Amino acid sequence: MAELLIEGVAKSFGPVVALAEATLAIGDGEFVALLGPSGCGKTTLLRIVAGLEEANCGQVLIGGRDVSALPPRARGLAMVFQNYAVFPHMTVGENVAFGLAMARAPAARIAKQVARAASLMQIETLLGRYPAQLSGGQRQRVAVARALAVEPAVLLMDEPLSNLDALLRLEMRAELKAVLREAGTTTLYVTHDQTEAMGLADRVAVMHEGRIVQIAAPSDVYRRPASVFVGGFVGNPPMNFLRVAAVSGEVRLGALRLSAPMEEGGLLLGIRPEQLAVVETGGFLFRVAVAEPLGTHLLLTGETGGQRMRAVVPPDATVVAGAELLLAFDPAAIRWMDAASGRAIGAA
Amino acid sequence: MRRDRLLAYALIAPSILFLAVIFLIPLGQTIALAFTRHGTFGLANFARMAGDLNFRNAVANTLGLVIVVVPLQLALALGMSMMLRHLKRGRELILWIWSIPLGVSDLAAGLVWLGILTEKGYLNTILYHLGVIHGPVSWLTYETPLALFIGILVAEIWRATAIIFVVLVAGTQLIPAEFEEAASVFGATAWQRFRRVTVPLLRPSIQTALILRTVLAFEAFAVVLAIGGQNFPVLLSQAYLWQDTNQDYGVAAAYAVLIMLITLAATLFYLVALRPRAGEVA
Repeated sequence: MAELLIEGVAKSFGPVVALAEATLAIGDGEFVALLGPSGCGKTTLLRIVAGLEEANCGQVLIGGRDVSALPPRARGLAMVFQNYAVFPHMTVGENVAFGLAMARAPAARIAKQVARAASLMQIETLLGRYPAQLSGGQRQRVAVARALAVEPAVLLMDEPLSNLDALLRLEMRAELKAVLREAGTTTLYVTHDQTEAMGLADRVAVMHEGRIVQIAAPSDVYRRPASVFVGGFVGNPPMNFLRVAAVSGEVRLGALRLSAPMEEGGLLLGIRPEQLAVVETGGFLFRVAVAEPLGTHLLLTGETGGQRMRAVVPPDATVVAGAELLLAFDPAAIRWMDAASGRAIGAA
Repeated sequence: MRRDRLLAYALIAPSILFLAVIFLIPLGQTIALAFTRHGTFGLANFARMAGDLNFRNAVANTLGLVIVVVPLQLALALGMSMMLRHLKRGRELILWIWSIPLGVSDLAAGLVWLGILTEKGYLNTILYHLGVIHGPVSWLTYETPLALFIGILVAEIWRATAIIFVVLVAGTQLIPAEFEEAASVFGATAWQRFRRVTVPLLRPSIQTALILRTVLAFEAFAVVLAIGGQNFPVLLSQAYLWQDTNQDYGVAAAYAVLIMLITLAATLFYLVALRPRAGEVA
């Protein structure tokens, strides 16, 4: 267990900039998720921390020690790979013991740690089997147990749940969270799945086009996205952004009069679909194009003033396509964005 | 449905017929020939073969060659494929250059090495200019068995390592990089990665390459004949001698059957020795 410090790490593959100066500090025992769409540089950053990829510049420090020039094996890490990378020619037990065996740990210690990791991941009965005899979910467990067995300073996870089916993923997510909390391991977790990042992490680092665009607690990332990209990427359905104009420090939306963060000019009004409520009077007009009953709620897609918008309303509402509703929201829930840069205005 | 099935057999038939005519029938005839001498069935040909002066030499030379050359070639080919795996640039060019010997015929390769190793060959010219020797020295006579053996060894390694190499290269390309990466993250040194991860994952390719190469090594002929002639008898050159010079087809057939039995035994040995552990393969 140790803190992980990533300082000004950048990486280009030829003319392609994969990573532009990433800086990230992860506290001892903290769980940080790197969240972003594919190609945003999150896996490159993880591989640089692991030492599997060489950065063009910047430093990686683990427990205060600069490991940038060290090979992967000297960094005190463990990693869970996307395709598990569980060695097919070794039994589950041999796989879990691998890191300790490479470090030539005493047999008694290997046996003890393997037993502990196996019991954490509930694979005690599988230790004598080969990976070919296991299901995907079981291989996943072996990969995590192998990582936990070495009691790493930092645990790296590269989309570990992406190959599992939806139900298993839900199960493993909760289990991983419990196990990692108990182990108290500093964890850097790469995912493109915002639910995973939000559900697991203490803090989420959202990446976009090679940059970390926001680092915050999951609820902050959700409620107070730093940019239009973050608001659109995090949350399902994504945040609504309406192009509006401020006049004399005020934005008018239907009957709503909202105090704007600027005197004059165009800006974007960001509002989460579930912050929208159907009202009898006041509010602004919303024309429903599609209504999707999703059990827990009703998802409405439509437009207001010619701009596309989504709203989430209680499941018992009877709304049909073509209906016209009046919607309103709490002004405190608004996230104002600069129309040109796409960045939050007055963002902390 | 029935027509489809008939068509499938009809399409396969020519190749079966072809193999039967030029392989299975001659094989049966060879075996029959080996066990028949002067019209009587028995082991007389084998007794004649075993009683021959050169027989023990041929067996020893052939086994010696196989035992030394195959492991050396495997080690070299493993090293070459690992180096190639870690190259970033020029991979194709080096793969191509290393595979050149595959395209050279046995006999041509033997003659090239004869040109190098013979009394007035390139090797002696260089040694002479370096002052190591003071005149032509014969390396390839029955009086210099070690030099002769090493000469044939070098030629065989030059000529046939590429066979193992290309099989191993194909095999390494099937191993996802993630396994080696996982090994290095979990603390394995380069040697540990190679020993504990890469070689075991390459085992099916190693098995194939060893079977292929060992069978061919037992059938070593043109290179040996070109360099060593009858100074270095091997099983196949003895079979040729009995067939061609002695005109004794029975003993030649006995040699052929012996070679076949040995290569079958070697293949079986590799299949058993390098088989996956129970449960390892789904």
